[in-house]
Amino acid sequence: MSESGMFGAHGTGDTSGYGGLVRTAVSAGSSQRPYGGYFDDVADDLERAYPGFSDAIERVVVDRGELTLHVKREKLVEVALILRDVLKFEMCMGVSGVHYPENLGRELVAVYPLLSMTNNRRIRLEVSVPDSDAHIPSLVEVWAGNNWHERETFDMFGIIFDSHPGLTRILMPDDWAGHPQRKDYALGGVPIEYKGATVPAPDNRRSYK
Amino acid sequence: MTTTDPYAPSRETTEGTVFSVTGGDWDSLVQEIGSTKEERVVVNMGPQHPSTHGVLRLVLELEGETVTEVRCGVGYLHTGIEKNMEYRNWTQGTTFVTRMDYLGPIFNETAYCLAIEKLLGITNDVPERASVIRVMMMELNRISSHMVALGTGALELGAITPMFFAFREREIVLDLFEMISGLRMNMAYIRPGGVQQDLPEGAIPKIRDAVSQMRKNFKDNTTLLVGNAIWLKRTQGIGYLDLAGATTLGITGPVLRSTGLPWDLRKVQPYCGYENYNFDVITADTCDVYGRFLIRMNELEQSLRIIEQALDKLEKLEGAPVMVLDKKIAWPAQLALGSDGLGNSLNHIREIMGTSMESLIHHFKLVTEGFHVPAGQVYQGVESARGELGAHVVSDGGTKPYRMHFREPSFNNLQATAAMSEGGMIADIIGAVASIDPVMGGVDR
Repeated sequence: MSESGMFGAHGTGDTSGYGGLVRTAVSAGSSQRPYGGYFDDVADDLERAYPGFSDAIERVVVDRGELTLHVKREKLVEVALILRDVLKFEMCMGVSGVHYPENLGRELVAVYPLLSMTNNRRIRLEVSVPDSDAHIPSLVEVWAGNNWHERETFDMFGIIFDSHPGLTRILMPDDWAGHPQRKDYALGGVPIEYKGATVPAPDNRRSYK
Repeated sequence: MTTTDPYAPSRETTEGTVFSVTGGDWDSLVQEIGSTKEERVVVNMGPQHPSTHGVLRLVLELEGETVTEVRCGVGYLHTGIEKNMEYRNWTQGTTFVTRMDYLGPIFNETAYCLAIEKLLGITNDVPERASVIRVMMMELNRISSHMVALGTGALELGAITPMFFAFREREIVLDLFEMISGLRMNMAYIRPGGVQQDLPEGAIPKIRDAVSQMRKNFKDNTTLLVGNAIWLKRTQGIGYLDLAGATTLGITGPVLRSTGLPWDLRKVQPYCGYENYNFDVITADTCDVYGRFLIRMNELEQSLRIIEQALDKLEKLEGAPVMVLDKKIAWPAQLALGSDGLGNSLNHIREIMGTSMESLIHHFKLVTEGFHVPAGQVYQGVESARGELGAHVVSDGGTKPYRMHFREPSFNNLQATAAMSEGGMIADIIGAVASIDPVMGGVDR
């Protein structure tokens, strides 16, 4: 997406000299054992309780003291049930969507932070799906509290949570077009006029990358 | 059949007669509903209803006065804060997050800043004085937030005096916020790497006075409400939600603790050095509105205890830094507090304008471009006044968040409305919603 805006700048809109750099989102690579802390226990317990572990878990990432399990979407509900019932992750703290338009075939990501109150542990599940087939099975049957969170992620990113009991928009109006927190959705806003000059909306201003 | 009541006009739809009631008395409406054969009435309560705790819309299905189904309509305060933050640098983000849950600005800022610090890997470099100030501010904020919960909750149930007492105490806290940060609400005081500025001169004795004043004042509401027969009738056994329900719905905070589970992130997953303070986790085992009320009342005293310990620590840390020492991250100047609230730092201006070109360049880069945060994602939860406030932050290595998401306790906990209210009386919905204490600014973000 090219930006244009203040000072007649084109391209990145950066006139400062330090904007030549174009960054692409880098995701942390897979981690190798030992993961450290209780993460090895979680992985061991899950492997023991769930024979299809190596098939269902695409990657295990330990970064900044947090464990992320990348799960295939077909296996998400199975893994979630095992995590809830056997590993005692009683709570799911919702869903957060992330949109990586450059990551072809895995544009949309749903992130589920899990909490085990029994063992005082936290892990995170991540599911990525292509934009052209943005379906993820709903986890409302596993954690009822995910209901509104999945509606919000649908509303903001257009991820369709299959078998959700009522997947409708929650924050935006029902007749809204588009999914606002996707990267290809402009921020919008109105230019501000001040003494005859206008300042463009925030997403059209020059900015540092 | 249509009515000509100016306050309750009606129209026929495919789903039955729809009445729009606005005010005044609805004599003809009551008569007309009474004469229909339909037992089931759908009432649209809010979003402009004085007792729904903000712009919350409740769609109630009633049979007589019994509620058979509750649906919540939210989104009326959606301001796109998460999206907006993707276009501002990391420091500017504090100004946005502080406006989400407007009764708990310090919690929002702290969750956000702790998450950034985790991404930067500087969690252990945040100066101790900054962490102690954060803890003190969070506990003051907990008091002011609980005061609104108690005051408006009581007001919605028809008791006006507790509201006067509660807002009197809240005023004390807001005055302290104004003295410390220059603003009463939406302070953007907690910043990545520390706090915006050190406490002003003479702040500690003033906070001590306020603490003893509040400790005395809290007794007014305690004597008024604890054990009060009317209050008990409106709150005991109302809004029942047990541990199993709370767990599957992801409920945290006072509502979870009212089921008897002492789950408090300050104790179990401490941050900002909470492990160095003595305080108790308050629980109740009644699972009802009264239990949640008692928890909030008793948490006030625990917050005062923490504030006193924080003040003792601050006295020992007089003059210590309140911002990380890394000049690539730390905001360039500690602003002096002028008579107009915030002021300038004259020494800093003298340095960058008069003596050092390098300092000027550095200042310019940090203020306009901001600092870079290494790529990655983190989740950081803090125990806000309403439960677990989680910040999920994704960085692509740039000077702005790639994606910000807040797991708002109000948003999550509001889902319990149906479980708490269905099968009960319509009047008890008010108490149930008030005991969840949702803040719509946080729900809708």
